[in-house]
Amino acid sequence: MADGLTLNKITAQRGIPVTEAAKKIADLGWNPSFVQEAMTFPTDYKITKAPKDPMKQVLRSYFPMQEEKDNRVYGALDAALRGDMFRNVEPRWVEWMKLFLAIIPFPEISAARSMAMVGRLAPGEDLRTGFTMQMVDEFRHSTIQMNLKKWYMENYIDPAGFDITEEAFGKCYATTIGRQFGEGFITGDAITSANVYLTVVAETAFTNTLFVAMPSEAARNGDYALPTVFLSVQSDESRHIGNGHSMLMSMLKEPENHLLLERDLKYAFWQNHAIVDAAIGTFIEYGTTNRDKTKESYAEMWHRWIFEDYYRTYMLPLEKYGIKIHHDDVHEAWKRITQKFYVHTVAQFFAVGWPVNFWRIEAQTDKDFEWFEHKYPGWYAQFGEFWKWYEKLSHKGQTNILFNGDVGYVYPHRCWSCLVPCLIREDLTVEEIDGQLHTFAHPIDAWTVKTAFAGEYEGRPTPAMGRFSGRREWESCYHGWDLADCIKDLGFVRTDGKTLIPQPHLRFDDREMWTLDDVRGHTLQSPLITLREMTPEAREKHIAEYKAGFAINPCN
Amino acid sequence: MATNMSSVKSGAAGAATFADSDSRKFRYFEPRGRRATHYEDVTVDVQPDPERYLMQDWIISFPDGKGAYVKEWTAAKSSNWHAFRAPDQEWERTHYQRQSTIEGMIQNVVQNARRAGAPARFDKAWVKVLQTHLGAWKHAEFGLGTSLMQAQRYGYTQMINNAILTNSSYKLRFAQDITLYLAEIGIDIEGFDDSAGKTAWLESPIWQPTRKAIETIMGATDPLEQYFATNIVFEPLVGELFRSGFIMQVASSNRDFVTPAVVSAAEADYERNLANTVDLFHLLCHDDEHGQANQQVCEGWLAKHVPLGRDAGQHLQPIWSEPRAKPVPFTDAQAHAQDRLAAIAGELGLNLPKE
Ligand SMILES: [Fe+2]
Ligand SMILES: [Fe+2]
Repeated sequence: MADGLTLNKITAQRGIPVTEAAKKIADLGWNPSFVQEAMTFPTDYKITKAPKDPMKQVLRSYFPMQEEKDNRVYGALDAALRGDMFRNVEPRWVEWMKLFLAIIPFPEISAARSMAMVGRLAPGEDLRTGFTMQMVDEFRHSTIQMNLKKWYMENYIDPAGFDITEEAFGKCYATTIGRQFGEGFITGDAITSANVYLTVVAETAFTNTLFVAMPSEAARNGDYALPTVFLSVQSDESRHIGNGHSMLMSMLKEPENHLLLERDLKYAFWQNHAIVDAAIGTFIEYGTTNRDKTKESYAEMWHRWIFEDYYRTYMLPLEKYGIKIHHDDVHEAWKRITQKFYVHTVAQFFAVGWPVNFWRIEAQTDKDFEWFEHKYPGWYAQFGEFWKWYEKLSHKGQTNILFNGDVGYVYPHRCWSCLVPCLIREDLTVEEIDGQLHTFAHPIDAWTVKTAFAGEYEGRPTPAMGRFSGRREWESCYHGWDLADCIKDLGFVRTDGKTLIPQPHLRFDDREMWTLDDVRGHTLQSPLITLREMTPEAREKHIAEYKAGFAINPCN
Repeated sequence: MATNMSSVKSGAAGAATFADSDSRKFRYFEPRGRRATHYEDVTVDVQPDPERYLMQDWIISFPDGKGAYVKEWTAAKSSNWHAFRAPDQEWERTHYQRQSTIEGMIQNVVQNARRAGAPARFDKAWVKVLQTHLGAWKHAEFGLGTSLMQAQRYGYTQMINNAILTNSSYKLRFAQDITLYLAEIGIDIEGFDDSAGKTAWLESPIWQPTRKAIETIMGATDPLEQYFATNIVFEPLVGELFRSGFIMQVASSNRDFVTPAVVSAAEADYERNLANTVDLFHLLCHDDEHGQANQQVCEGWLAKHVPLGRDAGQHLQPIWSEPRAKPVPFTDAQAHAQDRLAAIAGELGLNLPKE
């Protein structure tokens, strides 16, 4: 065949340009005249301008593209098994996946549900295809992650914890943080949740840490499956970020939305920081065995993705529309991540609470210490002794670290807003709401509950805004319980009826594994109930002591 | 620090034996059959429930105090909402495989047909039918798709919501398939008016009762009513009537072998979505505790939507006389639609409203 005369050219037929196709598809909608759609997703925002779809998307190309992505993912999983991936995987890493993968499928499917909300609120049909794709994408994310978890369960040395995953999600004192995140996408003011909290902040700012940083660390620990799945997930996010930005732009056009947008950007940023950095920071810094000093720390990645890419490049330009940006909060979050050791105090808290977890946490060792000190100067002075204690108390027969008075750790109050405990002790904030005392990790958390999640904001009625509810302080669910009974009630016991699912070590040997008998005889207490029961004087003293912090005793 | 390291040199299953080292199945739900299917493993309990494992209850609520998912969002009741499993067992992988296969099939058929010059040989009267009536129909499909997109937020379990979600995805895909198909054959057919469909949808007396039936489903606030009205009522009375009872049977006599291939995908979609819906409502209508109450609820929905569907179907009658070749009379197609509705209602043990 002559050059340039390919079969394709002979048979090529005129098609419709993609812009034209997207326009025709957007014209599928109409304004109902017989029956109006009920406004079942209340919002206090006013949206009159139809958001534009800059992506010009059609489902015809979407489905084959996604199927192709799937083929690559499932092909890679098969290849990982053929390559005997699990022989070389680091159990320290995979154990944390029991927590991570228990949490993440719920926020994902919640994102799918929230497309119903923005889909109905957005005037016009331009973005309908974008929302549809995101809905199906999030269904993809949720079930592809459940599949990955099942795959770990089937192939990893210790399946316990994976085998109770969705049950554990509903009960664990750590997953409660992830539930706050996922419920934040679907409950309360529809725009606050489905647009600002989910898309403008969680997806735009924080998915890089979730879906790019996590995979890199996984690969460093011999886990090639997680990167395959999560990079594929992340490849859908740019579309979602586009949807959210489009909605945001059409909301900005109404000056009366500005006040609410300022409120929601502030709330969403702070809470995403508190939750995502707590969880992902811990997985990346403490779930790894790789201590290469040339790799970026979580703090360094945070600076690049959150501070530079999100805050400086995405948020700051919004000021030209007349929106006040929460500059101070961004700097405060950065300070928490660096100077105040936020992630490290979270990892410490998870480790202290190992008996009520459903995965194994092993001690950090000398090699880890060196890396932490290099990346976070001053780390050793604050955390070194603790991790030595942790190692020492990882052996059966010792009093578990949660109740061991020799260590010097003070069990923290729980933040009523982000549900991460009040770990930066000097920032503890105690406030009375409806005649009851509540504890917060930071004044911005108190602001979130008292000022943002209320029926009025700065004099403006906000009847659609949600409320923080439920039995928010996990510890009060087991106030006065024996530790062993609590673990049994949680279901965090292996099927022999006595061996715990969580273990403070990676020794895969029955002789080394803790059982209910090893933890019996200690009574759990809710810090909040205890605080509320104190006399005012005792309480004042307690708060002052708490804010002063604690010192870990030397471990010999 | 030797004691600090893993006791075993491998992280692979079977590298050591200890308590639960062989616990390789999710053990927090009851499979429907003897062993859990892949679909169940990736679906069940992902949407939590305070009555199962959500120990702290929902931790954010709407201003009225209701949590993320509440049972009162539908009038139907169940003694066990978690019992339902979608018969199509759809999860992401099967969904993309199926959707992608359909898109590939349609594009192949349309490309080959256009290459062969088929659209230009369609009967002239038939071209008018396609541009006006298939053109109008795409809006009905779209309306159902957006309505189901709304409903998938509100069901009480992951199984229910995901079944509604995939149904929505199928409907929205099909609405786009028709849109692009008409636009493409429009390039090959002189004088093809691509806007005639929407005009008919909004203005033609033939289509107004159909639009009313669709808007009534879109405007319903009960997610299971939307799901029920779509698959139990509208689809047999109007959807299949138009797609199978008209397009599929009449096209070829009017020298159109292409359109039936495009439309046939929707018929297959519907078979799956119908199976899912019937399974769910069979469960609800035969619930030990709430079966009778649910039958009443469903009969209430039938009373509301069946007359709209019958009226919509009836008003489509003139379409059957528009093509040059008329191989099937409207009355036959309509009778078939009525039989189909009766069969579905019968399967659920429901009484239909009198005509
Ligand atoms: Fe996602
Ligand atoms: Fe997303």
